[in-house]
This record gives sequence, structure tokens and C-alpha cells, in this order.
Amino acid sequence: MWLLYLPLVIPALAGAAARPLAARLEPRHATWLLTTAAVALAACSMAALALLAAFAAAKAPFLAAVGDYSQQVMRRGDPISAAAGVAAALALTGAAVAVTVRFRSRARALAESYRRAAGLHAENGIVVMPGPAIEAYAVPGLPGRIVVSGRLLDCLDDRRRAALIAHEQAHLSSRHHLFTTVACLAAAANPLLLPVARAVDYTVERWADEHAATVTSDRRLVAQTIGQVALLAGPRRRRAAGVVLGIIGSRTPRVSVAWAGPVPRRVAALLTAPPRRQTILLAACTVIVLIAGVAALLAARDLHALLELAQGSR
Amino acid sequence: MGGEAPQRPSGAERRAAGALEAEILSILREADGPLSPGEVRRRLALRQHTGVQHTGVRDGGGPRGELSYSTVVTIVSRLHAKGLLARQRAGRGFTYTPFDEASLAARRMSQVLGSEHDHDAVLSRFVSGLSGRDARLLRELLASDPGPGNSGPGDGDPGHGGERG
Repeated sequence: MWLLYLPLVIPALAGAAARPLAARLEPRHATWLLTTAAVALAACSMAALALLAAFAAAKAPFLAAVGDYSQQVMRRGDPISAAAGVAAALALTGAAVAVTVRFRSRARALAESYRRAAGLHAENGIVVMPGPAIEAYAVPGLPGRIVVSGRLLDCLDDRRRAALIAHEQAHLSSRHHLFTTVACLAAAANPLLLPVARAVDYTVERWADEHAATVTSDRRLVAQTIGQVALLAGPRRRRAAGVVLGIIGSRTPRVSVAWAGPVPRRVAALLTAPPRRQTILLAACTVIVLIAGVAALLAARDLHALLELAQGSR
Repeated sequence: MGGEAPQRPSGAERRAAGALEAEILSILREADGPLSPGEVRRRLALRQHTGVQHTGVRDGGGPRGELSYSTVVTIVSRLHAKGLLARQRAGRGFTYTPFDEASLAARRMSQVLGSEHDHDAVLSRFVSGLSGRDARLLRELLASDPGPGNSGPGDGDPGHGGERG
């Protein structure tokens, strides 16, 4: 029965591995891998919770009478305690509620975004926004729009403008908002997957950065554009930001960006060689996700077998 | 206060204020460049003298028909506060220009979408916020880059915004 706990443990593993994976894998592969893994693991952990609850519930005399199976056989063959079953049922309910709430909220946000994008009159899909803000973002829609503040455009030369626009266009053309939305829903189902969802937020940025680097054929230019815009935009109030465990002295020449925020990591990645395809790493991750799925399936088969046994000895 | 004691606005006056805002906005839209409140007031008076009838301004604008300077200042400041007008400092006062429809729509969207967590998450921002440590790290990264295109860490300052050759 330990099999049932495997789909609950592997998401924790995925949560721990997400950030290093996002840093090592080619961004497009990383995005696909992390998003599909998040969905698969969220589904497996919900299935495992459902099975735990079902195993525990199967021992109830009432259900034994209704299902016409032997309660004694069930009690002997089934190691899941009532407490674990109740906890699983509660967790499952919580997960279902969280996914519903998050889904509705995201769907509403996307609908709003599509509606507004349709109302924006843009030249070549780009809208210049007045005012003092330093801002640039892509608005998902059919077609999507890119909004850039006039003040930011004034600060950038032509090549950097091209890099910025190419980055935002990659977000729209590759529909990155769908990846981030799906990953965020998976994290709502299982909070252990929250680091995976955050990693997807990062890898879509890297994906767009690499696209901009290809379009402008200048990685350094993209890195400098990101750096310039980030420094222009300045610090931003952050919602309960995680503690940054950077270990850099302010004057040391070698800097560690592994634990920094997304912007320095993106810049550092662009200042090094382009990422390579890592087939073995991808395969290894896929296998681990599959193990969670197989474990859930085997546990379901066990429950089925146990029920048949209990029914047979009636 | 233009020699008049300020009074609580009646319903009619409030309606007239809306009409005045619309009229001042249309004057600024028709203008070739930025206008000061004084110029706005002159053009407004000119319109009314040439007999152009505009919605509701006459019936609510008081018996004098002509607006005081301070009323015009109040209205353009209110329009500026609503985000409908851009203003530039000119001498001791300000001049005002209207934003065009597309950019107003973009800004309204930015406000609406930026206000809620999920709405914000849907937008793909070019850069997310920087912590102080991130900013320092970023400057070091850019400074340590030996490449030919590097224009140094001073790049990010608004003063010299990356005008490279």
C-alpha cells in the first residue's frame, strides 16, 4: 500500500527539482516538461487521495452491505486507517475547491484580457501607452497585443526596441499564458507543485528571451535590454517575496545568480552559451513522472482486487 | 475664487460640470498643441460668443455665461487627475494635451488588469520586479560582460538611456 503514497511524494520531489531543471534545460523543453509534469502529478496525487479515501471508506459496514462484500475480508486486507482516509477526503475536497476557485479566477482574467486586446487599436499589434510608467507587456488575445509605455521606448535605441518587441511577440505567438495558467491550476490542486508553477513562469520568459536572441541574432543585446529595462523600472513592491539566499559579496568579481530573482538569472543565461538539448535529463524526468502514474494505477488495481476478494468470500 | 463665493453644486450644476468637461476636452482635441488654462478659457468664450450651442453648458453655467479662470483650472486639473489629459510644466503653470483614444484604452486596461493578482498574472511583463540585491547583481553581470556591445552598468539610468551607436 506504500504505492499509494508515491504519487504524494513525487510532487515534493518535482517541487525541489523544478528550479534546477528550469536553469539547465532548453527553455522550450523545460516549459513543456514542467507543465505536463505538473498536470500529470496533480492528477496522480488527486487520484491517490481519492483511492486512500475509498480504501478507508470500503471498511464501513454500511458500504459493505450496499456493495454486497465481506466487511471482515476488507478489514483484514486493507491497511488504510480511518483517520488517513478522512484526511485524504478532506485534502481532496480542498484541492477540488482550490482548483475551481483558481480556474474561475484565471478564466475571468483571460476573458477580460481577450476582450480588452480586441478593443485596442494597434499598429502592428503594438500599443504605445502614455504616462510616466516604465512598462512593457503582452496582452493575450485574438490577436494579442503588445503594450509598451512611450517613456520606455524613448529610453531604448532601435536594436533594443526590436529585442523587446521580439520577446513579447514570442509570448503571444507561442501562447505562453496557457502554459502558466495550466501549471498554476496544477499547483492549486497540489501546493507541493507551487515551485513547478513558478519555474514555468520563469521558463516561458527564458523561451521568449531565446526567441528574441534568435530574431536579433545577438544574445548579448537581449541581455542588455533586459538589464536596462529592469534597472529603469526599478524595484517593485513584492507580495511576500521569498527570502533570497544569495551568497555574493558586493565587491566579489564572481557572482552567484543561482538563488537570485528571475531577471538576473535571465541575463546571466543570455550572457553564456545557448542552452543545449538534454535528452537524458528529459527522459529521466519523464520516467519519474510515469512512476507516479503507474503507482496510482497499481493502487487502483489493488483496491479492485481486494473488493473482488471480499465479494467472493461473502 | 473669481469674486464668487463657492456654493454647494446643485444637480443642474453638477450636470453642467460634466458637460463643461466634455466641451473643454473637445477644445483641447481640436487644438494643434498643448493649451494653458487661460487659452482654454479664451477659446471656450469664443465658442459661446460665436453662438455655437453646446450641450448643457448654457443652462448650467450660471447667468454670466463666461467661466472664471479658476473654474477652468479646476476642470482641467480634474481631467488630468482622471487620466484624460497629459500636462507639461510651462513657466509657472501647466499646459495640457489630451491623450488619444488608443493610448487611453491601453492605460485603462493596464489599470484594470494590473489591479488583481490573476489579471496581472495573465499579462507577460518584460521584466518582473527587482529586489535591491537583484539590482546590484544585475549591474555586476552587465559590467562583467566583456563583449563589444557592452555599454556599462550606467546603462540603466534614465538620464543616459542607452543611446548607443
